[in-house]
Amino acid sequence: MSVDNKHPSKTIEYSYYPGCTAEGTSVEFDRSARAVCEAVGIKLLELEDWSCCGASSAHSLNHELSLSLPGRNVALAQEAGLDTVIPCPACYQNSMAADRAFRQEEDWRHKMESLLDFEYTGQGRPRHLLDVLSRDLDTDAVKAKVIKPLQGLKVASYYGCVLVRPPEVTGWDDPEHPMTMDTLLEAAGATPVDWSYKVDCCGASMTFPMGSVVIDLSTKIVEGAIEAGADCIASACGICQINLETRQAVQNKMPIFYFTELMALAFGLPGVEKWLGKHTVDPRPLLRERNLLAR
Amino acid sequence: MTISISESTGTDLTFRDAVRERSGEDIHACFYCQKCTIGCPTAFVMDYKPAQLLRLIQLGQKDKVLGSSAIWMCVACETCGTRCPNHIRLAPVMDALRQMALAGDYKPEPAIYALHRAFLDNIKLLGRVYELGLVAEFKTLSLLAGGPATLFRGLGADIKMGTGLFFKGKFGIVPERIKRMDEVKKLYEEAVRERG
Repeated sequence: MSVDNKHPSKTIEYSYYPGCTAEGTSVEFDRSARAVCEAVGIKLLELEDWSCCGASSAHSLNHELSLSLPGRNVALAQEAGLDTVIPCPACYQNSMAADRAFRQEEDWRHKMESLLDFEYTGQGRPRHLLDVLSRDLDTDAVKAKVIKPLQGLKVASYYGCVLVRPPEVTGWDDPEHPMTMDTLLEAAGATPVDWSYKVDCCGASMTFPMGSVVIDLSTKIVEGAIEAGADCIASACGICQINLETRQAVQNKMPIFYFTELMALAFGLPGVEKWLGKHTVDPRPLLRERNLLAR
Repeated sequence: MTISISESTGTDLTFRDAVRERSGEDIHACFYCQKCTIGCPTAFVMDYKPAQLLRLIQLGQKDKVLGSSAIWMCVACETCGTRCPNHIRLAPVMDALRQMALAGDYKPEPAIYALHRAFLDNIKLLGRVYELGLVAEFKTLSLLAGGPATLFRGLGADIKMGTGLFFKGKFGIVPERIKRMDEVKKLYEEAVRERG
């Protein structure tokens, strides 16, 4: 499936799974993702009555729940039969695991079908937002939407851990040196920097029980971006964004954007300033300094 | 680091097969190149490093493995599994080990277990995770399991992080509950029936 570039007014529909942080700590990811999709002709249809995927807790404690909780959302997506866009990498990975179980484990599929009264058709798959925006969309279609190129903004694209791993499950970008986000942000006029921490882990859910571990890991990543000459980091994950933003122990705090906020800024979409105001490391002074935001 | 293994206590060669079956990963394929340990972001807080754990499983050292803190420190980032020359994914192995530890009355890392419990309780109650409720239950469970020391460890940094986010309006104030909670309830009942 790809967006028809010859007919830019044509929209393509996807199901949409926002995930639990969409109304909480990563509200600006959800809002900017919806706005960017709308701008490029992607219509997101939110799954009705979706539930939590179990995050990292279900697979840690209970194998059944680790498949059945995301399995319920995969079930909800069956009727529409569309690919489901998922902004959170953990939700995405869990949904992929459930989708794989539906395809490969017949007994489990029958059990779920009878428990939840639905039929697995296998039409449409869970997809990460970055995957959809970078592969279903032509780079020229992104460039065509840019009215304020992010000129002079040096961005370190940070993919984090499970977005591109394990390659047998995700497999749409290089697990060690992914480039999809770099390419998108370059199309938005930014300057991606080469750096070594693109897929290093920020410590994820350890931020609750062992904050000091996350301070170590997130600081190392931010220092890597500083060393590479970046002005800021772009993230594709709610927990990565919050960890990097609040757990970086460096002198001059580095702004951490969602990649969709940067795209929305380049597209000149309304709402950007409001989202940016929700960051605990205020990115607006940097953008004003680069003339990317009105003073 | 050398690990002493004990013949008299806790050698159980059925253990390695049980881990293999439960995780679906071929643990015997490990030839100890240690790429998993080198790439692991949390190895520095593990008592046994990832490659050592695999070796201990091969040698049937059930008590050492299931009683280790390492199995709770893994954040499932999949670096090890991506780089393993023998295609062993350690994340599902760690999941299997945690679940076997709980089933076998081994003591989990209190704070990490408290987080996962709070998470699953939250979903059971609402169908979704309500972040403020999650944090409140997690802190309570930590206090009960690990005592005041657990609660106060890193509290300063946590409060700074939490209040910063709160005043930016990043926490939803009203918990959302899904409509068809009966379906979520069924999934929990089924999970209990399967694993107890």
